[in-house]
Amino acid sequence: MGEPSGPGDGLLSAPLVIEYPFNRTTGPVIGAFLTGLRDGIVTGITGEDGRIICPPVEYDPTSGAPLTTMVPVGSEGEIVSWSWVGAVRDGQILDHPHALALVRLDGADTAMLHVVDAPSADAVRTGARVRIRWAEERSGSITDIAAFELIGADA
Amino acid sequence: MSELWTQPAIDTSAIDGLTDAETIKRVRIPASISYNYIPGLAPTRFLRGLAEKKILGERCQTTGDVYVPPRGVSPIDGLPTVEQVELPHKGTVASFCVVHIGFGVNAPPTPFCSALVLLDGAAVSVYGPVQEVPYDQVRIGMRVEPVWADDDALTTSFENIKWWRPIDEPDVDAESLKGHM
Repeated sequence: MGEPSGPGDGLLSAPLVIEYPFNRTTGPVIGAFLTGLRDGIVTGITGEDGRIICPPVEYDPTSGAPLTTMVPVGSEGEIVSWSWVGAVRDGQILDHPHALALVRLDGADTAMLHVVDAPSADAVRTGARVRIRWAEERSGSITDIAAFELIGADA
Repeated sequence: MSELWTQPAIDTSAIDGLTDAETIKRVRIPASISYNYIPGLAPTRFLRGLAEKKILGERCQTTGDVYVPPRGVSPIDGLPTVEQVELPHKGTVASFCVVHIGFGVNAPPTPFCSALVLLDGAAVSVYGPVQEVPYDQVRIGMRVEPVWADDDALTTSFENIKWWRPIDEPDVDAESLKGHM
């Protein structure tokens, strides 16, 4: 244990990390989605009503029927909703202030949650166009999308 | 490898460029929680004692029982334990189990014996591995002593006691250990 860094006089303190090393199976749909991210392609899935759901889900959100038809969607889209993360906690994928946003990619009818690497909250607005910034090394993870970036004059 | 799931096959024919090779089937998603652990006043006194190879318990004002590690309050009367007691470096195996599945960064190679050791004069037992004896020869009532880390490696940690080992003394009657786990 280390010397005191917290409250109280002369109290010891020490870092304590509790970690659960989950190893999850993806299933075919999420597996294909993550494989696509690794290959630089974002995929959605076709719902029973023809809507494109992205990120894909395994079962139709309305009827519960299994869904199987996967389609590509764009790597650009628009912000549907967002909030500003001014104080960044450890373990976030960006280490500086950024937006957390719901982004509806072109060709998709639903939105995904991801980070938007914007210079300030003033630069972000609902409806703003964004594009994917891919990670340099991709492994089949949602963080293969390093961040979304604002497109054009909005930045 | 056997199938990891049973779900309808998916159709990815509309997606150009999706590689067939090595589709993602498993992902590691560790969930971790980081604490800054502050043990409190009485455990701090205990841990500082360990740095000097002292095992310090604290006595209940009502029953006279000595608690180690101390929490600063007696679980019997709810009052502060104000008297500090230095306990001897001798104890008795009050209970034990044999561990066959390794875990933790400092655990001995499996199989090993993890024991509750009732220090002489204490009311409750402390945990620790028993080494320097085959794991299948550990028994309740066996007399043991702590094996300490080297002096220059002592810290304010219970890991200063690397393990417990048998000493050449007659076993303690198991009946006398009841209620002290």
